[in-house]
Amino acid sequence: MKLEKGIPLIDQHDPNGYWGGKFGGNQIAESLNHPIEELSREFEKLRNDETFIAERDYYFKNFVGAPTPFIKLENLTKHLGGAQIYCKLVSKATGGAHKAYNAVVHSLICKRLGKTYIGGDTGAGYAGKMLSMAAAKFNLKCKIFMGAKDVERQSINVFSMRSYGAEVVPVNSGSQTLVDAVSECMRWWTSENEEAHMCVGSTVGPTIFVKICAWSTAQISREMKKQVIDEFGEVPKDMKLINCVGGGSSAAGFWNEWIDYDNVELIGVEAGGPEGSSKHAAPLTNDSPIGVLHGATQYVIQDDQGEIEETESISAGLDYPGVSPLHCFLKETGRARYTSASDEEAIEAFQLVSKNEGFVSPSLEPSHAFAEAIKIAPKLSKDTIIVVDSCGDSAKDSKIIAERLGYKI
Amino acid sequence: MTSSTLIKSFERAKENGRAALLTYTVGGDPDKKTSLDIFKSIADSGVDIIECGLGHGANIGDGGAIQDSTYRALSSGIITDDIFEIIKEFKTDYETDVIIMTYQNKIMAYGEDNFLKKCINSKVSGIICVDWPWPLNLNFAKKCKENSIVFIQLLCPTTNEDRLKSILSDAHDVVYYVSMLSTTGQKLKVSSDEIKKRFNLIKEISPDKKCIIGFGITADTINDFKDTDACVVGSALCREITRSIDEKLNPATNVGNMVNDLKQKLRS
Repeated sequence: MKLEKGIPLIDQHDPNGYWGGKFGGNQIAESLNHPIEELSREFEKLRNDETFIAERDYYFKNFVGAPTPFIKLENLTKHLGGAQIYCKLVSKATGGAHKAYNAVVHSLICKRLGKTYIGGDTGAGYAGKMLSMAAAKFNLKCKIFMGAKDVERQSINVFSMRSYGAEVVPVNSGSQTLVDAVSECMRWWTSENEEAHMCVGSTVGPTIFVKICAWSTAQISREMKKQVIDEFGEVPKDMKLINCVGGGSSAAGFWNEWIDYDNVELIGVEAGGPEGSSKHAAPLTNDSPIGVLHGATQYVIQDDQGEIEETESISAGLDYPGVSPLHCFLKETGRARYTSASDEEAIEAFQLVSKNEGFVSPSLEPSHAFAEAIKIAPKLSKDTIIVVDSCGDSAKDSKIIAERLGYKI
Repeated sequence: MTSSTLIKSFERAKENGRAALLTYTVGGDPDKKTSLDIFKSIADSGVDIIECGLGHGANIGDGGAIQDSTYRALSSGIITDDIFEIIKEFKTDYETDVIIMTYQNKIMAYGEDNFLKKCINSKVSGIICVDWPWPLNLNFAKKCKENSIVFIQLLCPTTNEDRLKSILSDAHDVVYYVSMLSTTGQKLKVSSDEIKKRFNLIKEISPDKKCIIGFGITADTINDFKDTDACVVGSALCREITRSIDEKLNPATNVGNMVNDLKQKLRS
């Protein structure tokens, strides 16, 4: 399996939609073949359409708030010693996370398709929140599928979605988390695809959804590349980009522009779950078997019967048993390295970063990425630049973190 | 050869002046023994072909009623081997053809070759795999054919004519027409006439292939399809199993009665 230079990562799949001939694809019911072909044609057209790109950039700049800050974490760097730690503060994007990019692009595509109804899945609630926000702006009727357990633990985001006028559908099947929400959303689209458009909230699902999402979040690295050059005058000789990986949309966007730079190391951090527990949400780190989930072939946490196993993570946004085919491909080609951080390490990282930096208060998802940075930075020289994507803000997790730390709020 | 027995089931129904009746229930729902009893009762009520679901928790095509059945089977600990055992035991007493309907990950996890070996061993006549569309399924379909198992390609209302022709040209003796855009068990949202129009188009392109019509067919509409090749009733039966369990009645008897009634309606 080989990565090609000079070709966007999202286009390095074969005619059947498989990256490396193996990951991704469109393993879907026949009823979804037509809408997926229609969407694929439309997307190929739009990504080459200057007016569409201008429209996208307009909303990214004025509504999402691009570019988000690129800052040095001086106190954390000093505290840890070793590598210099920087942060891409994507949590400053409107809504508090990177999910706004994909939501805006899908809403714009929905309109171009002449559809007035959009549906999507959500785990931590960010994808659902941003999609509801964009749907309200673009006058689209919106339906969000969310695992009943997530509805409970991410009530702040649920409140936002409802405020934006979206219908939030709690999904009670299976583990009642993201995996079931995505299944239910795909079932819904199977019935409603003539009238409605579907937005998959991460770089998962059939190939076209992986592509659209990564194309949207690529905004993160596009703007960061300029910021890095402004800061250092050139691309640093030794740079490490650390990002959490659940479905993988944030990491795909954070890394997109850097794939061809061999001196830039890409490190993905999955959710290791509670310390001592055998449950985790880290299919790449733990070499889970390859299987088919939500229409695509990927590493997926499953039993020997092909049943998807429950994952456990303090972070709802990383609590997904599968992972993007893009990351499977990056792992298999050796381009990116994947590791995991436990719930406890994530909480400690949250505390350390918040206490040292103030302006940066990562949600539980990027706290996993910070945990890895904290682990490796002291062993590295000051010539090494570590950039962590702080892709979510901790506000939505206040309840969980406070409880864990013994505070009442 | 197994596949020729499957074709004979369609032909026998045709000789009787009606479409073949297929039932769908989830194997192992609510447990191994009851599930076998249900198959026997369905066969005794004169079904032509039994579709046995090998349920998958992360399915993307099942409606609520079948999801409930799948959940019951999986929570009672049913594994793929149990499904093969149920079918094998059923086939020792009955000649009724059995088709497995499942999802790709179940076959992948079991291993394609092992899966086919077990199908032969338990006398499975055909396989439907919901999330393994043409042309991605062609390698596996070829393996099925080499083992005299019919791989049943799926078609739907939005399969365009070019694709329809290509799928039909690669298809084995039997295809399955998903009559509407929906998951299983939803209300029929297209008219029976529209469905038959598509059915006729399929038959025009491939007169020799048998075409099963499924999704949304109930006791109220089944008679509309008596002149077609075959139709499936599934969710109504799964609901009947749920009702029987809830009311502490015998699911095998009740499902059997329902099948009897469906068959009468198909005849009249």
